[in-house]
Amino acid sequence: MSGDGSLEALRRSGRIVIVGASLAGLRAAETLREEGFTGSLTLIGDEPDEPYDRPPLSKQVLLGKATADHTALPRRRALDAEWRLGVAATGLDMSARRVRLADGDEVPYDRLMITTGVRARPWPHPLEAELDGVFVLRTRQDAIALNRRLTAVPRRVLVIGAGFTGSEIASACRELGLEVTVAERGPAPLVGALGGVVGQVAAELHRAHGVDLRCGVMVTGLEGDPAGRLRRAHLSDGTALDVEVAVVSLGATRNTEWLAGSGLGAGPRGIACDAGCRAFDVRGIVTDDIFVAGDVARSPHPLFNYQFLSLEHWGNAIAQAETAAHNMINASADRRPHLWIPAFWSPQFGVNIKSVGVPSLGEEIQIAQGSLAEHRFTGVYGYQGRVIAAVTFDQAKWLEHYEHLIETAAPFPPPGTTVDRRAEGLRPVPADFPDPSLPTHGPTVTLSGYSPTDRRITLTPARA
Amino acid sequence: MTQGSLLRKITDYANRADPYPVYAELRKTPVVQDEEGPYLVSTYWEIHGLLHDPRLSSDARNLNPQAAGALTDEEDTALPPAFLRLDPPEHDRLRRLAMTPFGPPHTPRRIHAMRGELSRIIGELIDGFANHHRIDLVDHFSYPFPVTVICRLLGVPREDEPRFHHWAETLAAGLDPAPDEDAAERRRTTQQARTELGRYLAELIEERRRAPGDDMLSALAAGHGPEGQMTQAELLSTASLLLVAGHETTVNLITNGMLTLLRNPDVLTRLRARPQLATPLVEELLRFEPPVQLLPQRTPLADIDIAGVTIPKGASVWLVLASGNRDPQRFLEPDRFDPQRKDNQHLGFGSGIHSCFGAPLARLEAQLALTELARRLDNPRLLEDPPEYRRNAVLRGPRHLPVAFDGLRGRDD
Amino acid sequence: MRIVVDLNRCQGYAQCAFLAPDVFTMHGEEALLYNPYADDTQRENVARAAAACPVQAILVEDLEGAAGAAGHPERAEPTGVR
Repeated sequence: MSGDGSLEALRRSGRIVIVGASLAGLRAAETLREEGFTGSLTLIGDEPDEPYDRPPLSKQVLLGKATADHTALPRRRALDAEWRLGVAATGLDMSARRVRLADGDEVPYDRLMITTGVRARPWPHPLEAELDGVFVLRTRQDAIALNRRLTAVPRRVLVIGAGFTGSEIASACRELGLEVTVAERGPAPLVGALGGVVGQVAAELHRAHGVDLRCGVMVTGLEGDPAGRLRRAHLSDGTALDVEVAVVSLGATRNTEWLAGSGLGAGPRGIACDAGCRAFDVRGIVTDDIFVAGDVARSPHPLFNYQFLSLEHWGNAIAQAETAAHNMINASADRRPHLWIPAFWSPQFGVNIKSVGVPSLGEEIQIAQGSLAEHRFTGVYGYQGRVIAAVTFDQAKWLEHYEHLIETAAPFPPPGTTVDRRAEGLRPVPADFPDPSLPTHGPTVTLSGYSPTDRRITLTPARA
Repeated sequence: MTQGSLLRKITDYANRADPYPVYAELRKTPVVQDEEGPYLVSTYWEIHGLLHDPRLSSDARNLNPQAAGALTDEEDTALPPAFLRLDPPEHDRLRRLAMTPFGPPHTPRRIHAMRGELSRIIGELIDGFANHHRIDLVDHFSYPFPVTVICRLLGVPREDEPRFHHWAETLAAGLDPAPDEDAAERRRTTQQARTELGRYLAELIEERRRAPGDDMLSALAAGHGPEGQMTQAELLSTASLLLVAGHETTVNLITNGMLTLLRNPDVLTRLRARPQLATPLVEELLRFEPPVQLLPQRTPLADIDIAGVTIPKGASVWLVLASGNRDPQRFLEPDRFDPQRKDNQHLGFGSGIHSCFGAPLARLEAQLALTELARRLDNPRLLEDPPEYRRNAVLRGPRHLPVAFDGLRGRDD
Repeated sequence: MRIVVDLNRCQGYAQCAFLAPDVFTMHGEEALLYNPYADDTQRENVARAAAACPVQAILVEDLEGAAGAAGHPERAEPTGVR
């Protein structure tokens, strides 16, 4: 479809198919309608539920302040869409413009939006993963199952991986009065996302709240009883733990397998797209009719040297979905780039952790305000002499100032002083990120190089 | 316009009834140094940015000596500054301690639970209008209502109002950076009022220590929070701030609200028919006629480059909130009062760490008060427009608001 | 009523937790935990909370009650204007 006439026809009576009916898919659909798309709209989702919000599942829902089946996302507007829920997309025929579904059906499109997101990385040993008591937490069904088990007051919960989700789960378990062990391969919780300086504070939070935190260890095996119930976990330091529940929080895997062989530039790191959210094919040529948004997308960002950026961020899913939907039904001159500044939040152990930018790029960190020891502070990350990210622990009201510094590539360390500058914040210190060749759990931002295709990247083996 | 002092135009009483044309003029230069010294910031994004800028201090001790001369209460030895005039971490600690008996996370339901009591006080005050066909809204309602509320909340005897009224007024006036007055004389009277109010509150706190009640002073004095207690001096500063701020601002919010409603009778009619309108209406009021017009007490800890101007370290900075609220770069048709305005991120309560401590209480008070005034007064009319204003350019509002009406509907009609 | 809060925008002003304490609670000084689903008895409180949010981070579906059918557009998702 090219030229104004066909664009008009697309807007009026085209067929748009959205594969992935979660946050990004829903907001994309709403944006299409908001911008005047009147053609047919189909949303395909492998989960049986209408779009629901996932962040509450590891927070309010575990704490019993909300129920897992009541996190459906509010709608911004009526959609007038056809919903194909509970049926996964299994293939894509780019030349015939058809999406194949698990039930054998095929859905034709004029424009395709892919928002298939990620799924929890499972425990790498399939037999152990099947033990009763081994959980992941990503979907509503996961949350219902885990909640049911936690309500039965297991004697000890093992959380495998101290990224954000793992830490939130540990925090909720402690608040529920449960005994918790956290096993983290890295030197501290959150170390992959925020570095070792901040990771030490996270470790203090765990321990202050009674978590049995074990860093620098891997879980080497999960052992069940004859009835198939989880009973014991073995650690790489030779110890064993009696546990009844293990929650595997080893990050996420992108849902791109269904695109294998389709010719789209999709792989384990996601689907590469340009700044306008148009997907690349395997040849590195951008497509005109396939758009990508949300956790499954990787797109270049000028603030980060145009490296492709994969973001597992709630806010990114919305912003990118809006941009992708807009671009899908507008002429090229009216298209917009997706230039979202990465941002996320994580409440844990009664502390509100927020971040903007890409901390994992940071070479140094300056505690610009507050104090690590008090667990209330603002840390600023520097990369090649400019501000690249910031993190706050219970100091969110200052964060937008630092976001502005990131947007304007302000020098690092920022000149001048601020309120609440302590001795520890007088000069930057190494941010202490682990060697990137030793991946830790759950960095939510991944810089994935410059190549729009993913073919040379070897899949990182599942790790514990 | 001429480069005659903009600051003087703001403080000039002749502009009190309608300061908005002065603000519009100000916004032509988003950040400008007034010839009297202070830097005036008048546009939304610049104000907003500075409210979140950690290089900007609220502590007057960081002003350079020249800038400090224009202020009224430096070297006030009577009491230490309250948290409004402090920076983190002291500000944060004191504000958290003050919040402990007031709101979340420790006392989340206190304000919510006061709704019934607020409605009852409002009902009684409006009942008092019976047999009148004209009232002064300020004296008969807008003042006594929040005073009664803050007394209940803090545990200050309502009958002591004649005692603390004068001190509170003097302290509120002390916030007004009127350049023409005798600064030394003002400092003296302000300090005296602070001392006397502090002495009064000290006695009261002693009583609350002996016989604690379910009020904030008792709780603050006992200090059972996780972070311990305020010192006696901190306690007195905080209590003074809460008592004064707790009513001097809400008076204006309610009076400005009724004045705006009477100037927009269609809105008054809609509010009467649909009380839920009060919720967005009060937000619009906070944008349109904010009770705190400007914050004249900030100063940079380091040079700040903003809007093409460098504000030097130690300079006095005025953030003209009421001007930012009318910035056409931010708000569609900013001079129109639209009670259902979308995208209304106003600066009426400030923003950032110093945003209004009592905001949720003020919101509820104004929503409930305006709803009931709209519902019960039959055919209310303004008798003077513009009404007579108080002198204060910072805490701006009418001194009196004479209102006539034909009769009173019953409480449950 | 379905509720979602954009916690990237949230700065912990806690206005919602004051005005609708059965739906919004502060967890510590700054972290907000809310129930994404509130029943009709909370309608007025939730409306107050959403209007009072200083960063306009609260999206409520069908806030106007019977006036709007399910899925009716009530208000735009808050977006930065900057």
